[in-house]
Amino acid sequence: MTTSGIDPRGPRFGAGVTAVLLAVVVLLGPGVPGLVVLTVVALSFLLGTLRGAEGTWQGALFKRLVRPRLASPAELEDRRPPRFAQGVGLVVTGVGVVLGLAGVAVAVPVAAAVAFVAAALNAAVGLCLGCEMYLLLRRLRPASAG
Amino acid sequence: MTVQLATLGALLVLTAAIGLWWSARQGAVRAPARGAAAEGGLDWAEYGVALGSRTTFVQFSAEVCAPCRATARVLGELASAHPGVTHRELDVDENLGLVRELSVLRTPTVLVLDPSGREVARLSGAVSRTQAREALAAGERGAPAPHGVPEPGVANHTVTNNERRA
Repeated sequence: MTTSGIDPRGPRFGAGVTAVLLAVVVLLGPGVPGLVVLTVVALSFLLGTLRGAEGTWQGALFKRLVRPRLASPAELEDRRPPRFAQGVGLVVTGVGVVLGLAGVAVAVPVAAAVAFVAAALNAAVGLCLGCEMYLLLRRLRPASAG
Repeated sequence: MTVQLATLGALLVLTAAIGLWWSARQGAVRAPARGAAAEGGLDWAEYGVALGSRTTFVQFSAEVCAPCRATARVLGELASAHPGVTHRELDVDENLGLVRELSVLRTPTVLVLDPSGREVARLSGAVSRTQAREALAAGERGAPAPHGVPEPGVANHTVTNNERRA
């Protein structure tokens, strides 16, 4: 684990891969196959939450297949924001998986749809929806200082 | 399957719409928000902000904010290149009270202050070099930025004499 930072294109590439999988879940609709794919995505987010975006299989894919073909990045990025985003992805897809297992089949494509928009935005324009929401969520909690 | 395809199509359109809207808003120089800072009633020294003799950029940042780093670098460069211009970064987690008081909703949010500490413009999202120079110009004018849309009630407080330039 480096503290110096990661290639900012890694998490965006990973988000693109994740978005494709989530699109597959949307296309599969309610049912077991969709639930299985969504579970795979949720587990990837769990990995990313624990180890950072570069510690997921999407991150490994980027390092192995994509990065060698690219010029070195103009600048490195702090690894904490993408890791936080992984946590947000885990919450959204995790809720879908839990509800899906509990018998609420429609929750699977719905959770996938929400996560798809977030992942696709991250991949396409670099918007981190979870990071944008961070301060709004933080403001809801009582101030500890200041 | 038809329903699912239509859903995915709608999601793609929604994603594109949000992406375009968000990209256009990044770092755009806007009019100040209503509040203590726009009325000049805030003691910035209390928050460790030393006001510059020309313009001060106060940047609200969070740990989980990648564009905050780039914005801090751009504004830092601008400040060191222009005497009288200062840049100070405040962590939102350590200044939640101030964040609420100033209606800061996202990071990074940059307040452009005049020498008296009054907010004359604000920007949010990643700030480019061009936008930083625009913000500096807006700060020097001491008036809301030309592209800024004043919020209702802005004309009622102390900035009244600062007419927007045509």
